[in-house]
Amino acid sequence: MSGARFRPDFRLWGLLPAWVIMGFTLILPIGIVVLVAFGTRGAYGGFGWGFSGASFQQILFQKGWTEELEFNPQYLEIIARTLWLAALTTAICAALATPVAYYIACQPPKRRAALVYLVTLPFWVSMIVRVYAWLIILGNDGVIEKSLRAVGLVEDIDSLLFNNTAMLLGMVYSYIPLMILPVFASMEKLDGTLIEASHDLYANRWVTARRVILPLARPGIVAGAVLVFVPCLGAVLEPILLGGGKQMLMGNLIQTQFGGGRNWPFGAAVAVVLMALVMLVLMINALRTRPAGEAAA
Amino acid sequence: MRQDVRRYPGLGLLVLLFFGWLYLPIAVVIGFSFNENRLVSVWTGFSLKWYGAALSNSALVDAVRTSLTVALIATALATLTALMAALVLVRGRDVRARRLSEVVVNLPLLLPEIVVAVAVLILFSQIGLTNGLLKLILAHTAFCIPFAFLPIRARLQGMTPDFEEAAQDLYASPWVVFRRVTLPLILPGVFAGAMLAFVMSMDDFITSNMLASGGNTTLPVYIFGLIKQGTTPELNAISTLIIAASLLLATIALSLTFRGRGKS
Repeated sequence: MSGARFRPDFRLWGLLPAWVIMGFTLILPIGIVVLVAFGTRGAYGGFGWGFSGASFQQILFQKGWTEELEFNPQYLEIIARTLWLAALTTAICAALATPVAYYIACQPPKRRAALVYLVTLPFWVSMIVRVYAWLIILGNDGVIEKSLRAVGLVEDIDSLLFNNTAMLLGMVYSYIPLMILPVFASMEKLDGTLIEASHDLYANRWVTARRVILPLARPGIVAGAVLVFVPCLGAVLEPILLGGGKQMLMGNLIQTQFGGGRNWPFGAAVAVVLMALVMLVLMINALRTRPAGEAAA
Repeated sequence: MRQDVRRYPGLGLLVLLFFGWLYLPIAVVIGFSFNENRLVSVWTGFSLKWYGAALSNSALVDAVRTSLTVALIATALATLTALMAALVLVRGRDVRARRLSEVVVNLPLLLPEIVVAVAVLILFSQIGLTNGLLKLILAHTAFCIPFAFLPIRARLQGMTPDFEEAAQDLYASPWVVFRRVTLPLILPGVFAGAMLAFVMSMDDFITSNMLASGGNTTLPVYIFGLIKQGTTPELNAISTLIIAASLLLATIALSLTFRGRGKS
């Protein structure tokens, strides 16, 4: 080379490991998933390369006896249930997190730090242990059934498990810290004088909550909504353990397609749909927040 | 006297109920782990026998060993990778494709884990990678990187470059600047990142379950298998041990992070 001294540039090789690892274990495999989704089904699990839309078609239609296509709402229901449960979880988390975060924000600094610590602490406990705990509480002869029977309220109740409500409870429980922390962060700056000003202007508590506190909490709620909604879309443990595997969500639908002898291309197609939904949410969020950020700057 | 307008009636009670709900499941698991009876929810007396059963369960010990091996190696690799990336992305001037690189480093946070899990499963089956431990380490390293990266980046961003520039003015080489100035200052961030990565790896179920093969069962995958067989007091004892370990780790991590913040 033209006499140029070889100087290893840290700006390049410093980023190299991250690119190599992400390239090999994320970008390349995701590309393969998209290809597999368009591939053909292997005889004994696995897949064949090719280009067919059959797997995506299978999400909506099934082949009848005479090879004609019949509309099959089964998988569409799973997708709808996933979206609905994720949205409901997000809404409940927001409704719970806002008053709790407000209460924490109103405390003196030392108590505030202690309460934030208490909110985050369960989050450090293994996810599977937290979901398992709800199994003991809700299960057959579980804590709730036992206590209801002890006070003579009921004789015998159908299991509280294996339904949408149990899944919803588990998901809210799993992800609530992801909502409280950003909402608290946006309310931490909440100035007591603003609330006093609102009262001086003859607003009562509820008007103040709606017109002063809620708008201040809003950026945190939006940030928290993304943090809760996205992992809910891909939830696997809650549908298997609390939903009993009968109330399928997209996460465990994908998972079940990858055992031996199952339909890999179909699983890949559902994975592509899930990924597209997540990307859509993130893109809407990016578009929503960018203009606001620029306006504030 | 005017009452505090910031107070809302009933809010304190709601918050109390909330924290009760947050800790109820953990308390139930811990409580029933000391139950002598074979049936989880029939309390017949205090006993530590399920802890004995758990600790002498060789399959459990194997699962813990696999989890620790994977988590320690993945944490080391992820933290080193994240540290290098953070140094370039925060301190580097005119870095090419800075925004794209930042997205790539945080990619595991943007994709549903189940999708990434099936993706690496297909990749590993295509390239014929059969070493179970290696598969787990590779996959865990990838999803641990953003968790290590974010605290390190936050620490670097919150730190003035004055000290590093002063060292450079005194003819310290880039390596000496890093080792003697930058690293000691960002160490709490590096530690917090490594801790988060470690916890995420130890906790992971979705990816590990997808890649699970005989002899390479991680702790959460092993516990999942036990849960599917039904709730037992031994499972409660194992869960309690995990809760104790997680809370200990969380407390150490948080106190070290706060101490580091106090110093600077």
